[in-house]
Amino acid sequence: MLSALIVDDSETTRSFIRSLVEDVAEIDVLEASSGFEAFRVLPAHSIDIIFVDINMPDINGIELINFLKTNDLYKKIPVIIISTERSKEDMSKGMALGAFAYLTKPVNPDELREITKKALNL
Amino acid sequence: MKPSKKDFIAEAEEIIEELGSLVLELQEEFSPETLNSVFRSVHTMKGLSGLFGIKEVTDLSHSLESLLDDLRLGKIEITGEIIDFILSNIDILKNLIDQVAEDHDIDDVSNDVREIEKFRGVAGAKEKESSLSTTGISESILKVLSEYEEHRLKANLGDGHGIYLLKTVFSLSDFAPQLEELIKRLKDTGELIATLPTSQGVPDGSIGFNLLLGASYPLENIKSRTLLSDVEQLISPKLSQAVTPESKTSKAKETSLKSAATTVRVNIDKLDGILNTINELMLLRSALVRISQELTESYGYAPLAVDLYKISQSIDVKLRHLQHSVLDLRMVPFSHIFKKLAQVVRRYTREAGKEINLNIFGEDTEIDKQIAEEIIDPLVHLVRNSIDHGIESKNERTALGKDPQGNLTLKAFSRGNSVVIEIQDDGAGIDPDKVLQKAVEKKIISKEQVLDRNEIINLIFAPGLSTKDGVSEISGRGVGMDIVKEKITSLGGFVGIETEKGAGSKFILTLPITLAIVKALITEVSKRRFAVPLTSIEETFIFTKESVQTIEGREVIELRNEMLPLLRTSEAFDLEEDVRDEYYGVVVGVGQKRVGLVMDELIEQTEIVIKPLGEHLKNIPCISGAAETGKYEIVFVMDIDAMMDEAFSKRKNNGSKGKKDV
Repeated sequence: MLSALIVDDSETTRSFIRSLVEDVAEIDVLEASSGFEAFRVLPAHSIDIIFVDINMPDINGIELINFLKTNDLYKKIPVIIISTERSKEDMSKGMALGAFAYLTKPVNPDELREITKKALNL
Repeated sequence: MKPSKKDFIAEAEEIIEELGSLVLELQEEFSPETLNSVFRSVHTMKGLSGLFGIKEVTDLSHSLESLLDDLRLGKIEITGEIIDFILSNIDILKNLIDQVAEDHDIDDVSNDVREIEKFRGVAGAKEKESSLSTTGISESILKVLSEYEEHRLKANLGDGHGIYLLKTVFSLSDFAPQLEELIKRLKDTGELIATLPTSQGVPDGSIGFNLLLGASYPLENIKSRTLLSDVEQLISPKLSQAVTPESKTSKAKETSLKSAATTVRVNIDKLDGILNTINELMLLRSALVRISQELTESYGYAPLAVDLYKISQSIDVKLRHLQHSVLDLRMVPFSHIFKKLAQVVRRYTREAGKEINLNIFGEDTEIDKQIAEEIIDPLVHLVRNSIDHGIESKNERTALGKDPQGNLTLKAFSRGNSVVIEIQDDGAGIDPDKVLQKAVEKKIISKEQVLDRNEIINLIFAPGLSTKDGVSEISGRGVGMDIVKEKITSLGGFVGIETEKGAGSKFILTLPITLAIVKALITEVSKRRFAVPLTSIEETFIFTKESVQTIEGREVIELRNEMLPLLRTSEAFDLEEDVRDEYYGVVVGVGQKRVGLVMDELIEQTEIVIKPLGEHLKNIPCISGAAETGKYEIVFVMDIDAMMDEAFSKRKNNGSKGKKDV
């Protein structure tokens, strides 16, 4: 089964993204409320797609993307950045580091579903 | 399932609460880090309200976010006025959330938004910062920094600080607490600008963190202060400015202090200092009483002696009053702890896919701040345990004829000098047969060992025992029940369990109200005095040397039809035994791990202030500190936990030793 990881410090935002991702495919969705928590989840699961927020406690989304993209185990996983308009500069840094796409909050559900499908080659 | 409006309100209220305390923190003492947290909270609020299309909240938090972004990026200077302005806007935001919660019409915010925009205009933008590309810091670092981190880097460079890259590697399984500990330590040295995780050049099963630090100290000092050896200096500090570090932030601090905050934050050590002085004054007071008594004995009721006595009495009353006031300052209500636990419950209930009704009692009960901090983790663990292992899934509960919604009750109340915390669920309870089977499997006990029900249940506190196979997402975070027990014991408390298979479990934690002043029993062994904290004592009894029996080379005594192992305190401290006909037994510990400490005399119950023994003596086994009692007498305070270990390790080693006569 496919599996997705959502890294965002807002619980409600995570459930919202989860509900949209679950629309797309039969997929096991894991959640992490911070970058640190993501580090704990990553080694124990085989993940097919990751959604990250930019502004989070511990480490921010750019730092997490850089970690993923410089690690042989994770660098092939498509990363989708989800943050607000304010973080545009930060989002483009994330794109430069190899993120698959970015979406601005509030997220358009259709857009998120479309990009998820594309990232998963569905 | 899509999140509902209820979810939105719950999280929005959490954010508002957090924002309130963050801004208060800012009013007291400015720090870029706190400001960034305020920004992040407002940012989350904006994202959240956007999801639910609550336009007013989105609009206001959007403007506020812009203002905060300008502030944290140094585009607008921070003043007390701006912080007050932000606080008033958070109040407006709170009102909006209340209106959403109560389904009222939501206030129009266009005026408030205009006010904020006006403020941004008036405050005036500071000049643009220079580019970082010429500083000599490598592109591989710069490309990972967020806009905010870039700004903090520039601010540190502007202050003439050195920039250092601290390279650390931790085990993946427990990096978070270690890294957090290190980050806390860094605060005294400089500003942590960015935390950059890496897996390059790091062994399997580990994770590296490169920490970008701005500080006024030279490289050598950074190494000694952080206790790290792998430190790379990217930019060296400018020495002339190193004398007055953080000049910029201290200016901001001055202005923000003007905003007339009525609260002060005090380091707990300072309060302890006052308590120590009070304690010493109390000893002096007893000296006055003694002098007045001696005067009366020698000269009869001379007016001077009577006066002296009266004065010493009123000093006593005032000192006690002062002592209580200071102790009161250390107290915090349980509501803080319960709020955190309620968040945990909400989060993990959903993750576990269960339905749980949370009841909270005793929010006003107060506890020492220091204890409150220490017990959060154990409490979170117990609560997670109840959700994960205790309360059954909805289907299971329905099949068992239980209410599909599980019940979890948190209760705090004070009892004498202790605070009792109860965590009760109406879940599956603990099955003694399963615990026993597991304990045998894991070789914690041998097959032959005979234990009663109580002893079996208490095995869940043994290291390495978990009744569920595999590690779940919820409770499998490395804190075991043994750690919970250890933490509570180290605070001078104890844990009890009441459980019934199928009906639920209740964990009962008993903790001292404060760590500063401890009620203790002063005892005497071989002419030496020891204090035993009352919270550790279950009961005391008197016994004759004839009533001591020896079973498997171990001294025991029958106390109300149960065998209680004895530990000779004189032996534990290597003192020559004072042989007598009658001894006193002091029962310490809980459950199957109980021991009677053998004492010669019980002197008195008194309040003591435990003082550490200092660097050279701190490793003396079984002694946790010293305290002064009247007449300038020093007593040692027993470390009951260590005494228990001593008693139970003896049980194994002493097994073959012969019988010893009393």
